[in-house]
Amino acid sequence: MTTRIFGSGIRRREDPRLITGQASYTDDIKLAGLVHAAILRSPHGHARITGIDTSAAAAAPGVIAVYTGADTEGVLNPMPCAWVIPDSDVKAVAYPPIAKDVVRYVGDAVAVVVAEDRYQAEDALELINVDYEPLPTVINPEAALQEGAPQLHEDAPNNQAFHWVAAGGDTDDAFANADVVVRDTIIQQKLIPNAMEPRSAIASYVPAMGELTIWNTTQNPHIARFVTCLVTGIPEHKIRVIAPEVGGGFGAKIAVYAWEMVTAFCAMKLGRPVKWTETRSENYVSSTHGRDHVEYVEMAANSDGRVIGVRSVVYAGMGAYLSTAAPGIPTILHGLMYSGPYDIANIKADIYGVFTNSTPVEAYRGAGRPEATFLLERLMDLVAAEVGKDPVEVRRMNLIPKFENGHDVAIGLTYDSGDYEGVLNVALEHVNYDQLRHDQAHGREHGRLTGIGVSCYCEICGLGPSQVAGAVGFGGGLWESATVRFYATGKVNVFIGTSPHGQGEETTFAQIMSDELGVPVDDVEVIHGDTDTTPMGWGTYGSRTTVVGGGALALSARKIKDKAITLAAHLLEAAEADIEYEDGNFFVRGAPDNGKSIQEIALMANVAWNMPEGMEPGLEATTFYDPPNFSYPFGAHVAVVNVDPDNGHIVLERYVAVDDCGPQINPMIVEGQVHGGVVQGAGQALWEGAVYDDNGQLLTGSMLDYALPRAHLVPDIETLSTETPSPHNPLGVKGIGETGTIASTVTIYNAVIDALRPLGVTRLEMPLTPERVWRAIQEAGGHGHGHGHGHDHGHGHDHGHGHDHGHGH
Amino acid sequence: MKVPIKLTVNGRSRESEVEARTLLVHYLRDELGLTGTKIGCDTSQCGACVVRMNGSTVKSCTCLAVQADGTEVTTIEGLAQDGNLHPVQEAFWNNHGLQCGYCTAGMIMTVTELLERNPNPSAEEVRAGLEGNICRCTGYHNIVKGTLAAAEAISSGAGGG
Repeated sequence: MTTRIFGSGIRRREDPRLITGQASYTDDIKLAGLVHAAILRSPHGHARITGIDTSAAAAAPGVIAVYTGADTEGVLNPMPCAWVIPDSDVKAVAYPPIAKDVVRYVGDAVAVVVAEDRYQAEDALELINVDYEPLPTVINPEAALQEGAPQLHEDAPNNQAFHWVAAGGDTDDAFANADVVVRDTIIQQKLIPNAMEPRSAIASYVPAMGELTIWNTTQNPHIARFVTCLVTGIPEHKIRVIAPEVGGGFGAKIAVYAWEMVTAFCAMKLGRPVKWTETRSENYVSSTHGRDHVEYVEMAANSDGRVIGVRSVVYAGMGAYLSTAAPGIPTILHGLMYSGPYDIANIKADIYGVFTNSTPVEAYRGAGRPEATFLLERLMDLVAAEVGKDPVEVRRMNLIPKFENGHDVAIGLTYDSGDYEGVLNVALEHVNYDQLRHDQAHGREHGRLTGIGVSCYCEICGLGPSQVAGAVGFGGGLWESATVRFYATGKVNVFIGTSPHGQGEETTFAQIMSDELGVPVDDVEVIHGDTDTTPMGWGTYGSRTTVVGGGALALSARKIKDKAITLAAHLLEAAEADIEYEDGNFFVRGAPDNGKSIQEIALMANVAWNMPEGMEPGLEATTFYDPPNFSYPFGAHVAVVNVDPDNGHIVLERYVAVDDCGPQINPMIVEGQVHGGVVQGAGQALWEGAVYDDNGQLLTGSMLDYALPRAHLVPDIETLSTETPSPHNPLGVKGIGETGTIASTVTIYNAVIDALRPLGVTRLEMPLTPERVWRAIQEAGGHGHGHGHGHDHGHGHDHGHGHDHGHGH
Repeated sequence: MKVPIKLTVNGRSRESEVEARTLLVHYLRDELGLTGTKIGCDTSQCGACVVRMNGSTVKSCTCLAVQADGTEVTTIEGLAQDGNLHPVQEAFWNNHGLQCGYCTAGMIMTVTELLERNPNPSAEEVRAGLEGNICRCTGYHNIVKGTLAAAEAISSGAGGG
């Protein structure tokens, strides 16, 4: 073998089952005696329940049982929040799996029907009579925090879920002494993640054993088991969670949901397996959303564009309850990233988590980092306009110089490695930036509104050291484990604690194994997603699977290699020091033709006929790997758009992503991650947004109303990369799953503003729908100033005026 | 009241009695056990449930099983012949045209019909043809690439891009 399989874009071993319809997602699974649950959800954004009559539903054809909050109360514990950030006064309010007295958002569960088939269960929902006394609602997170706003929870005054501040340097001093201060108000609109597979769970309970099995569309089955234990009271070792084929997650399958607990409750009460699968419209109100920030952001700079400070006041909507990991997202994953790839001496993030009468918010691809990148890159463009320099020039002078092993930023993080200017240069060269600007100027003379957006980003992923997880209040560890098991036939099973759901780690992890020990990639099968068969792991999110899980795997493979060397020395009657390894062959130095292959070693280890003194039989290793640091991928992206001034229509003409995620195990898969992430980020910039009315009704309540990116709306994505290894993990990899959304939203946004600047439009709210763009052009009078930041909507951190940037208007 | 239907699914004759309101997708998945066809929405937007009915693409979540009476239906399970992948399946595999796989059955079924209508489409025509199918993972890039590769493979008589 001469070609490294690590670094090769081999096609995925997941695909044959997926392209033939043979894969089993949760809803595809049938069990003997299976019955079906459907959940009645609140049609009100906020209401007191004054009565429920389930008698007609209970008597309907096929109905087996109807349960309400009165039935689950005292049996199921409240849903826990697992990320209680310290020193932030987190209000972990009671979150009952089924609401009993008060519903707090459209979608809150009120009752569950179990019937022989799905149709009967849905029919019976309509026969349940609930008397509601509507209460006032509040949707905008900033408005919710004001005196006199409707209150969601008695024990969370002013709807404040938490207040977290992080700072480095002295922002007061920096802003007081800056030549230039730019400000903006940024609305990170609420988004609906839209994994194509809706949520689904099957619960099966064996009373004689006291054992509960849940098939669950989750990104993290081991966390799901842990939370299921807390909510149901069933001891952890009696619970099995299986994540079968999982059809995407994007963060919305991190949370452990009340609905899975209710499904388990039904199975335990009835002694029959119960399946619950949401409809898409149900998904829109009952599966977690993302983003939802109202941000007042400022940047301070010298007159030449050198940035000396950045600060924010952010109102982060949490929805009606705290979802599993929600508080960590606008804080740890957002506020700590305000330096981005830049050298900024003074930073302050002032973040309020706020309850609102809307669907709970969780991680959504990028989770906090797209918002951080957005505000930095938006402010960089404003600084450039203010000091009269090209946006690229201002970025370049602020980038952290190249470093290979650690760089401390003001807010307290230590980045792993970076070459931010290098990646920017690759992007600029690829697009021929000067020519682009020239063409843009030429086009403007002919009334053509072309815009160019350039962004630099650095993000935090590969979560992360467990000690840090504990220090920031994460209710678990963030290590990973991997077991490598060689059989006598030389075939290999790899058991991992993470739980990929589309990212292709069955392939990339087999490539890691193949690279480490020379086994053919087809001889490796990667097992994941079942708490009974896989070692503990904390899940697939935060671009951590390959960084942390892959690290665990590489270390296990290296343990196997060490044992194989000892065994080979014994079998070859040589000293260990004389054994060499190459491409799966262990041999005495100078005699490669007379060696032992890894397969022969596996056979001899498994039969154990001739082992060295004291060596255990078998060829298996497990590693629990806790990384010493996070990883920090980075990149530079460029978007080119054209805007039609007559109707506000935007065409995304080109998108170029240059990313550095360290060494790439499978470049084809890396590119695929970037393509998808970029288009999701484009969705936020241009089309997507969860729109609520004043009563808390989700107006974008189905795929008819929520505009997702479609094939004809986006171009091919041009992907390039550089390779800067991380010094902080065994493979040097950095993670690529979220970079697309982290960079693309603001890159496209900046491109659109760049296009409109000659007309005097300098800010817009997302999504940049044709109507919004057209109105902005009309309001600007169609001829502009071409400098500064036009309408100043930002008033810094003075939130006393109650700016209302409601999502629903 | 149940209604008798008779149809051919993936070349096999089927006779069933279904409730009149039964959706074709539920009939395929729950009655026939053909779970390769997926349900991704409830408003006929996403295309995860696309099957071929008498050659045309149909969103099987928006079609009653009784409407399929007397027709020939092909699902993703019926695409590979004698263990050989259809060129579109092969091309999706070769070009990383899928990630989580959930939209894939509908995408592939749509593309097979698209390429029968237009054997040599431009990238733009492919994108227009995929308007009724949503993918959240791939950004469509590799789906378009795979479709173009399949077109080339089919027209050259080879087994996939």
